[in-house]
Amino acid sequence: MDNDLTLKIEHLSSGFFTERGYVPAVDDVSLSIGKGQVVGIVGESGCGKSMIARSVMGLLKYPGRITGGSIKLAGQELTGMSDGQLQRIRGKDMAMIFQEPMTSLNPVVPIGKQMREALLLHEKMDKISAKAEVLKMLEHVGISEPKKRYGAYPHELSGGLRQRVMIAMAMICKPKLLIADEPTTALDVTIEAQILRLIRSLSRETGMSVLLISHNLGVIAQMCDTVYVMYAGKIVEQADAYTLFDRHAHPYTKGLMDSVIDLKSNPRRLPAIGGVVPNLLHLPAGCAFSPRCPRAMDRCREERPELEELAPGHLCRCFEEGRERL
Amino acid sequence: MALFRSKQDVFSEDLASQIGESQTLGVQLRRMARRNKLAVASAVFLALLTLAAIFVPILSPYDPVIGDASIRLKPPSAAHWLGTDEMGRDVLTRLLYGARISLAVGVVPTLISMILGVALGVVAGYVGGMTDYILMRLADVMLAFPSLLLAMVIMYTLGGGVLNIFLALALVGWASVARVARSETISLKESEYVQAAKSIGVSGGRIIRRHILPNCLPALIVLFTLNIPSAILSESSLSFLGAGVQLPNSSWGLMVNMGRQFLYNAPWISLAPSAAIMLVVLACNFLGDGLRDALDPHLNNE
Ligand SMILES: Nc1ncnc2c1ncn2[C@@H]1O[C@H](COP(=O)(O)OP(=O)(O)OP(=O)(O)O)[C@@H](O)[C@H]1O
Ligand SMILES: [Mg+2]
Repeated sequence: MDNDLTLKIEHLSSGFFTERGYVPAVDDVSLSIGKGQVVGIVGESGCGKSMIARSVMGLLKYPGRITGGSIKLAGQELTGMSDGQLQRIRGKDMAMIFQEPMTSLNPVVPIGKQMREALLLHEKMDKISAKAEVLKMLEHVGISEPKKRYGAYPHELSGGLRQRVMIAMAMICKPKLLIADEPTTALDVTIEAQILRLIRSLSRETGMSVLLISHNLGVIAQMCDTVYVMYAGKIVEQADAYTLFDRHAHPYTKGLMDSVIDLKSNPRRLPAIGGVVPNLLHLPAGCAFSPRCPRAMDRCREERPELEELAPGHLCRCFEEGRERL
Repeated sequence: MALFRSKQDVFSEDLASQIGESQTLGVQLRRMARRNKLAVASAVFLALLTLAAIFVPILSPYDPVIGDASIRLKPPSAAHWLGTDEMGRDVLTRLLYGARISLAVGVVPTLISMILGVALGVVAGYVGGMTDYILMRLADVMLAFPSLLLAMVIMYTLGGGVLNIFLALALVGWASVARVARSETISLKESEYVQAAKSIGVSGGRIIRRHILPNCLPALIVLFTLNIPSAILSESSLSFLGAGVQLPNSSWGLMVNMGRQFLYNAPWISLAPSAAIMLVVLACNFLGDGLRDALDPHLNNE
């Protein structure tokens, strides 16, 4: 049954070996995505969302390294693979789109040439059939006049179009897994909705699994089957989207929810969670969220809670006394 | 907390990246031509000088080596625009023949040191780690020596002559180029489009060729124009000190040196090549500055 999973991450830890010590950016994270599923990771800036994505892609920036755990893509172990082996998988079986469509394309190479790269590399296509494939894909992601756009330079396209190009580029070899790291943060609201709908429908059509990273609960709510809430490198709550919105148990999740509501009713009010994200080099002895938690007790400041199953598929890292009442 | 950025923030960011975006080289150069007349004049001057140096045998009726003893040390006149020297040779003719060597010395070693420096710098920046450490310490050592002294040591070891000057100046110049290429590479390596290229499985070598080198190019072009004058000056100094070009070849530095003893009664012999050196150095610097303004994305915000 495990082989039905497109991505299975178990007890993944990765972090940065800096001069001031080890920064545990991702700590003991387990996560799985079934075929055709859209799974979301949500959390504040710096909680390690991108670090998970980069660990899976094997694109950690120096001095970052995976320190433990396993990552399986369709049953194949990725940790410990050589760079050459990973190169053959990246772009073919998994691909990624980035936050900033303005800078994710090389400014001096026409977009068509950048898009066909993966086809030449992985499918060993000749340039003519690669071009035909690129044009088809451009059309598929809703870009009109693909022939005209093929030779366009990135600066000739708007942000929304460029993000469509990025999606087309990532999907051109029909990967099993698409990682979208805040794909719409840099876009305005209407374009955001279009892009999300596009990702969703492409996933439905092709059975591609999607790992969607966002700090926006609204985006996650629209898109995801399962949601993981992250705080300071750890998963603090995991549930299907419906349960999470209806019966979330972790005070941090509640804080995120409340701030969305705040923002809707009164956009000028500050978000509801007070305090700042903890320094990963000096995490508190107890629960990492305890300094900001409105319900924190003495126990929370001394002991670290484990991830416990509250109901099938609903996990929460909080002592029973601290949880929101279900 | 960046958890909830207002849409306004997002918009202004969007706009900023749109304005700062790079245009094609041609567009940038054309805009420079419109805005920076000094840079254009410099480019024209350098081009004309190069043409004159190439075609001097056709342009000048005089021989650069064999003089006419009856017209020694004559001041500038209609027949000899920059006068004649102690052997009765036309100074302008010698100046233009000397330009061949001085310009070649400006361009060739600079080009060699650019190629060497870019190769080493890009590799150091891209590979990082121990490779980077070793290459950059090597560059530090090179840069710790006064470059003229280093060039002189090399010249005294290898002997004079134009080819050895090329070699000496190339060896002296690569380190500073490597540093620039390395820092450009490191910032490009972290750029999202390199990450995006990696994420579709493009190999390191191809990323360097397709994504890093073309985007380093503006910075390297500027560096190239700014390094030419320092090579010309180094050659002049070396030749003036007798460690450079040897007779009967002639470069501007050597001409200044030869004319030194006639500084009182025939100052034009020294002053003409001195002025030529100064003009070329200035022109290269103006051109380099103009190119930098035109090609630097941070200065392009209007
Ligand atoms: N080079 C580095 N050295 C040390 N720590 C780093 C380095 N790069 C990132 N970090 C830390 O790693 C943590 C995780 O970063 P990551 O980029 O995964 O956050 P994120 O959740 O994606 O945030 P965002 O929403 O801003 O994208 C952060 O707390 C950051 O401070
Ligand atoms: Mg991130």
